[in-house]
Amino acid sequence: MKIFLKLTFLFFIISSLIFSRANAAGEQQELLKVDWSFKSFFGKFDRASLQRGYQVYTEVCASCHSLKHLSYRNLAEKGGPEFTELEAKAIASNFEVTDGPNSDGEMFERPAKLSDKFVMPYANVQEAIAANGGAYPPDMSVLVKARGGGANYIYSVLMGYDEPPAGMELDDGVYYNKYMYGNKIKMASPLDDDIVEYSDGTKATVDQMAKDVTTFLQWTAEPHLEARHKLGFRVIIYLSVLTILVYFSMKKIWSRIETKV
Amino acid sequence: MSDHEYTPKSKVGKWFNDRLPLLTLANHLTDYPTPKNLNYWWTFGGILTFCLITQIITGIVLGMHYVAHADLAFQSVEHIMRDVNYGWLIRYVHANGASMFFLAVYIHIFRSLYYGSYKSPREVIWIIGMLIYFLMMATAFMGYVLPWGQMSFWGATVITNLFSAIPLVGESITNWLWGGYSVDNPTLTRFFSLHYLFPFLILGLVVLHIWALHVPGNNNPIGIDIKKPSKDTVPFHPYIVIKDAFALLIFLLIFAFFVFFSPNILGHADNYIEANPLVTPAHIVPEWYLLPFYAILRSVPDKLLGVIAMFAAIFVLVILPWLDTSKVRSTVFRPIYKQFYWFLVADVLILGYVGAMPAEGLYLLIARVATAYYFAHFLIILPFLGMKEKTIPLPLSITEPVLGGSADMAMAKNNSDFKEKL
Repeated sequence: MKIFLKLTFLFFIISSLIFSRANAAGEQQELLKVDWSFKSFFGKFDRASLQRGYQVYTEVCASCHSLKHLSYRNLAEKGGPEFTELEAKAIASNFEVTDGPNSDGEMFERPAKLSDKFVMPYANVQEAIAANGGAYPPDMSVLVKARGGGANYIYSVLMGYDEPPAGMELDDGVYYNKYMYGNKIKMASPLDDDIVEYSDGTKATVDQMAKDVTTFLQWTAEPHLEARHKLGFRVIIYLSVLTILVYFSMKKIWSRIETKV
Repeated sequence: MSDHEYTPKSKVGKWFNDRLPLLTLANHLTDYPTPKNLNYWWTFGGILTFCLITQIITGIVLGMHYVAHADLAFQSVEHIMRDVNYGWLIRYVHANGASMFFLAVYIHIFRSLYYGSYKSPREVIWIIGMLIYFLMMATAFMGYVLPWGQMSFWGATVITNLFSAIPLVGESITNWLWGGYSVDNPTLTRFFSLHYLFPFLILGLVVLHIWALHVPGNNNPIGIDIKKPSKDTVPFHPYIVIKDAFALLIFLLIFAFFVFFSPNILGHADNYIEANPLVTPAHIVPEWYLLPFYAILRSVPDKLLGVIAMFAAIFVLVILPWLDTSKVRSTVFRPIYKQFYWFLVADVLILGYVGAMPAEGLYLLIARVATAYYFAHFLIILPFLGMKEKTIPLPLSITEPVLGGSADMAMAKNNSDFKEKL
């Protein structure tokens, strides 16, 4: 059984190297830490928070940030915000998409359907950059995975707007943020208390909205997170039982020749 | 290949076997006499075979959904992650599988270094192994380019640019590799093609690796030649099969932990940003398993010499059987080499660490010292140590009482010579 110790030891060497690399990447201020419901082995999304987060995204973020890898049907799928199909259809029908060509060879506008991808706020990257003072508002589909620190980083940036320290000059349209890489951000603080009105009566504080939208973005980046955790747990149980069975089989077989394994 | 005559019992079996001796081969593989004292460090051959097959199967499925085009690659990966049934599982197994493959191959290589498995008569096994390792690095590098994220693009740019250091023809070679004047769509499509091809070359080399192994048979923890078959050996099946299975399951538990609960920890966050030739990431770092070589590359101030040093770092491994002059295989009987062995392990880990850090200040200094030590180990220490070192007397066989009976040998018999170190 010493092999367990050896392997664990190796495992820790490797992982400590990896983590030290992750930490070395940013000489940044330490991120705010939230006890997210989706972390840990059995982590799941808070359904209500996902739905509120979607509301914050639509009413605040969506004017600049696209979510181009998602389809409206995803909103009704298991493991996500789990809107009903009718609700998701209603959401989709608020958006116009270009379809065609029809039998006359013409392109035409129609309301979006569940199968359509999320409509983007700008036609292309260049238009997005032009409309935002030269900074591209990144697509948010996998944003959480695209930042070291993940959900904590997104949450921290949303909470990190502050007065610049004395002596720091900021150009027009540039804002100070404690947690942003380089501390300069071209997005004005997007959240203010009560900027959205939650239908479930939750008080829309900046902190609440930041948590909700971050939860939502974690889901957009990892839509199958719940299925992954669930399957993972079963796989680990299965492998553990099999490992024990194989271990005793091995002992039995090797006992024929009196050599230790 | 057959150690003894084998005749199938059934008539049909005999008819077939006379025409194609597959049954003789199967019989050889199950009866293959294996030293009974192999410890768990010997289970990684089987684990590596499993890794290769896993990568090939998941890779073929990914290839059905992936689109090798600069405008569509990133999107198609997201399509796999979101819309393909269990696509997230297949991709995470493939991506983390690469890391697990390298973890296993490093353990396998360092096991070989510890027990002198590269020495006569196993030099050819070792050289084929090094070819496999080299192809693995090339395959992994090209695979990392395929999602067409920022690290894919810039990693490809940095590595392919290395060839421009070659005098006179460097530039032409780089353009030829790229299929253009920068890393772009032609680069992506050829990388995809080669990434699909190389694993099958590796598979072929693995067959040769195992074939070459079955000629002299396995080395063992005390590194002495043994009679086969004898009291010192056990048939491969069921003894080694069940032991390999047990070790593989432990390995799979760690693998599953990464896939299901931490699938992105081994990758770089920047690779979830679509490739953008106009924006350079703050730090361009390769995957962790290439970091020691990256550190060697950057520790040399001159670009060409850096590239040479990096390839030389692999080449010294290829000629290792002739650099190590000691006739004694196992480190168990080489008290001084044992110290240097662990220095080398530490040195490679340090190189890996500084490879992930910016190449400046103290990190650069450490990288230079570690690089110098790496080459000194193989080119100076090993040749001289083999001639000077006073080794501990070897036992006559695995089972026979040991002449002299030192503590070290008793430990070798216990399969636990690693204990004090871990």
